[in-house]
Amino acid sequence: MMSTELHQLSLAELARQLREKKVSAVETAQHFLGRIRAHETLGAFVDMNEEATLAQARAADTALAAGNAGALAGVPIAHKDIFVTKDFATTAGSKMLAGYRSPFDATVVSRLAAAGTVTLGKVSCDEFAMGSANENVAVPALGHPTPAPVRNPWDTSRIPGGSSGGSATAVAARLAPAASGTDTGGSIRQPASFCGITGIKPTYGRASRYGMIAYASSLDQAGPMAHSAEDCALLLSAMCGPDPDRDSTSLDAPAEDFTRSLNDKLDGLRIGIPKEFFGEGLAPDVRAAVDAALKAYEKLGAKLVPISLPRTELSIPVYYIIAPAEASSNLSRFDGVKFGHRAKDYTDLLDMYKRTRAQGFGDEVKRRIMIGTYVLSHGYYDAYYLQAQKIRRMIADDFQQAFQQCDVIAGPVAPTVAWKIGEKADDPVANYLADIFTLPASLAGLPGMSVPAGFGAGNMPVGLQLIGNYLQEGKLLNVAHQLQQTTDFHLRQPEGF
Amino acid sequence: MSAPKLVQGYEVVIGFETHAQLSTQSKIFSRASVAFGAEPNTQACAVDLALPGTLPVMNKGAVERAIQFGLAIGSHIAPKSVFARKNYFYPDLPKGYQISQFEIPVVQGGEVDFFLGDEKKTVRLVRAHLEEDAGKSLHEDFIGQSGIDLNRAGTPLLEIVTEPDMRSSEEAVAYAKELHKIVTWIGICDGNMQEGSFRCDANVSVRKPGQPLGTRREIKNLNSFKFMQQAIDYEVRWQIEQIEDGHAIQQATVLFDPDTGETRAMRTKEDAADYRYFPDPDLPPLVIASEWIERVRSEMAELPRVMAARFVTDYGLPEYDATTLTQSKAMAAYFEAAAQTSKQPKLASNWIMGEVSRRINAGEIGIEQAPVSAAQLAALITRIADGTISNNAGRQVFDALWTGEGQDVDALIESKGLKQMNDSGALEQIIDEVIAANPDNVTQFKAGKDKAFNALVGQVMKASKGKANPQQVNDLLRSKLG
Repeated sequence: MMSTELHQLSLAELARQLREKKVSAVETAQHFLGRIRAHETLGAFVDMNEEATLAQARAADTALAAGNAGALAGVPIAHKDIFVTKDFATTAGSKMLAGYRSPFDATVVSRLAAAGTVTLGKVSCDEFAMGSANENVAVPALGHPTPAPVRNPWDTSRIPGGSSGGSATAVAARLAPAASGTDTGGSIRQPASFCGITGIKPTYGRASRYGMIAYASSLDQAGPMAHSAEDCALLLSAMCGPDPDRDSTSLDAPAEDFTRSLNDKLDGLRIGIPKEFFGEGLAPDVRAAVDAALKAYEKLGAKLVPISLPRTELSIPVYYIIAPAEASSNLSRFDGVKFGHRAKDYTDLLDMYKRTRAQGFGDEVKRRIMIGTYVLSHGYYDAYYLQAQKIRRMIADDFQQAFQQCDVIAGPVAPTVAWKIGEKADDPVANYLADIFTLPASLAGLPGMSVPAGFGAGNMPVGLQLIGNYLQEGKLLNVAHQLQQTTDFHLRQPEGF
Repeated sequence: MSAPKLVQGYEVVIGFETHAQLSTQSKIFSRASVAFGAEPNTQACAVDLALPGTLPVMNKGAVERAIQFGLAIGSHIAPKSVFARKNYFYPDLPKGYQISQFEIPVVQGGEVDFFLGDEKKTVRLVRAHLEEDAGKSLHEDFIGQSGIDLNRAGTPLLEIVTEPDMRSSEEAVAYAKELHKIVTWIGICDGNMQEGSFRCDANVSVRKPGQPLGTRREIKNLNSFKFMQQAIDYEVRWQIEQIEDGHAIQQATVLFDPDTGETRAMRTKEDAADYRYFPDPDLPPLVIASEWIERVRSEMAELPRVMAARFVTDYGLPEYDATTLTQSKAMAAYFEAAAQTSKQPKLASNWIMGEVSRRINAGEIGIEQAPVSAAQLAALITRIADGTISNNAGRQVFDALWTGEGQDVDALIESKGLKQMNDSGALEQIIDEVIAANPDNVTQFKAGKDKAFNALVGQVMKASKGKANPQQVNDLLRSKLG
């Protein structure tokens, strides 16, 4: 009877049962592998390797039996297909890397494995993490003959958000108790919000970027996606820590136990409410859910403080200059020479490059490479890239101003709930505009998270965004956890899963 | 400064860009080895191959060498410099960009001083920056295809850029030799030009005196001092010819072909790429605290020009000797050891610049490989200085040491019977006999002919079988004839 309920347990509870040997790691892995197979229509998983998964599970059981197991021994996890892995293919959602196998694991993957997690497989994402709907996918998901968008389990006609859409769907549909994600401009927070789960993007540099296929290096950051703040705290504690020998941008901040402050009381907590996050563009249903969450915080003893982040709107053009600029350079290595896709027929070197890249990259990737190439070009650099960097610093300064008046900042994650598949697929700018509330924290390098706050139109989940100051992940998780002690949105399950 | 030498009425203007491969064990941004000559692609790790997910991590040893260079030539070491990406596609450039320094290099300014003949020259440096080398494209052996060897990809380089301060090919070569001496002396580069550890690009232009700078052409990859001079001379003649024929010089990159002795254009400015430089977001700015600079300074070996000045003051050497002996660290060390042991610095200098240099040059070996050690040379010099043997006999001993005939100076003097006759009684007897046997010479000498005196000295030396001390012979002979 136990195993039918395994997927309904929180990660924290599952870890406890594994430690107490009420359930084995192999049994747990098999249960989730079965669920993944049963729900292939969602398109969440792009690669599995049951042999490797079960081997990891057996190793976890051995460690558990020997009493030398890590904190997450036997806990199954799915990894976003942007992390390179030895045991699974790594494609970054791109035809360019179809079938690519990395000779090493990303640091985040190996750190989680060291804590005892068992990898269930790789989950879909927007190609090279570029997108906010998980519709930019060029590799077929398991059980699908051709590439298909990932579906939101709350309404399978809707997108799960992106770019960590596969991660969000996998967790929301209980195909995995947790998944890794990456967030460049909102790619953890927005799909977490759209799928009714909890996700946190730590301070830039907290988690090593080694083995994370780079989209925009100065913004990319890994983080966990799970049901609750407590689950995220357990995962984040294992994921973070300095990696100076492999990632020069990794912060020299020691690993922390983020669960330690979960139960701190919120009396006197000052929550900053940026007026720019509550303007015209915010859908009323989202606003209602966010307002309700803020009310709940007041009941918990917190104080709402009106603040201003005056350059919020500018974060869109700034992000869509800096991120494509870095991407245009980061993706130059995909040239058909050393690995990945190479065009079959070509006349000379230049022709090989052109055909390989024309065939290997999808439209959104090409669009961003072109924008990025343009803004870095001679004669345009100062007007675009340099200007954007200046405003980026101002945006970071605005946050520091705000944090003089408050301890955390709260607002919506996205202006609306998840939209219908295909609804904005041909309108890239509409997609870009929907990133407005997540981009500022990304540009400033601040930690941010999405906490389930209720349901809006179409009974779709709505997330509350919490933004903390640098290295304040513990505070964010505490604030989220306290809300989850008085609400049950994070425990709700989409029907049929 | 003297007026620049003109070529057919034109002033030659030369600036240099030199790529010095830094002598680290591993690559600039990865841990792969940089050893030369390994099988293709055996020294390229995941980072060098630019595998997805890899990131660069700065090799502190490379930074330290850049600091050493900056200190050696009196540059400003930037407390904060920035790595930038130079974006272009080429199969031997794995990431599709080269990590280099663009707007803010680590080493800024500085000067290289050297002698061109007896004229002191100074070439100002603009900058020296850290960057990674690319791999190598192999166009032979692959029948219609090209091979890529990424062993060299990520090798640390210091690109050293001068102002256009040089005015002749001779001056350019002298600069390059001096720079080569500096980088090998401080040990940041092995200086091996055949293996590409020290590669020079020369920017050459010509102009009528007093005119603004002419359009330059850049001669790439000059990997020997000989070719450097040939290439620049050819390029200068070519440019003057073009201008005289009424053609304007087009900015271009050219290659020198040692077989034909000519330069030919690879690419012109029209097809110059837009490298889209921007700060590398994978690498934080390179911060060099003053403590780091001071530590490097305290650990640095004495620089050649400082050492040469010391040789002048401490050993009383002429400046020429001091400069010559500080051409390499090994030679300077050899000199110091010989001078200190023998307490005869000038004699030691003469022997090293003379006999020792002649021998090592003939044998094309370094002074480190000389079969005569500094200690042996010192022993030999001591015996010359104390009058035991003559300078000529000293040469015989040196030969015997060099060829391995013997190891011990005193034993060789003994076995070869080279000891000078310092017994004045015996010498007086010989002199008396020579005077008696050569009355004509004696008469001529007394009549004021110095030649006759030399003939008498020669006779005495001959009679003593070369063992007489020439100085003693001189003195005794003069007093007896006086």
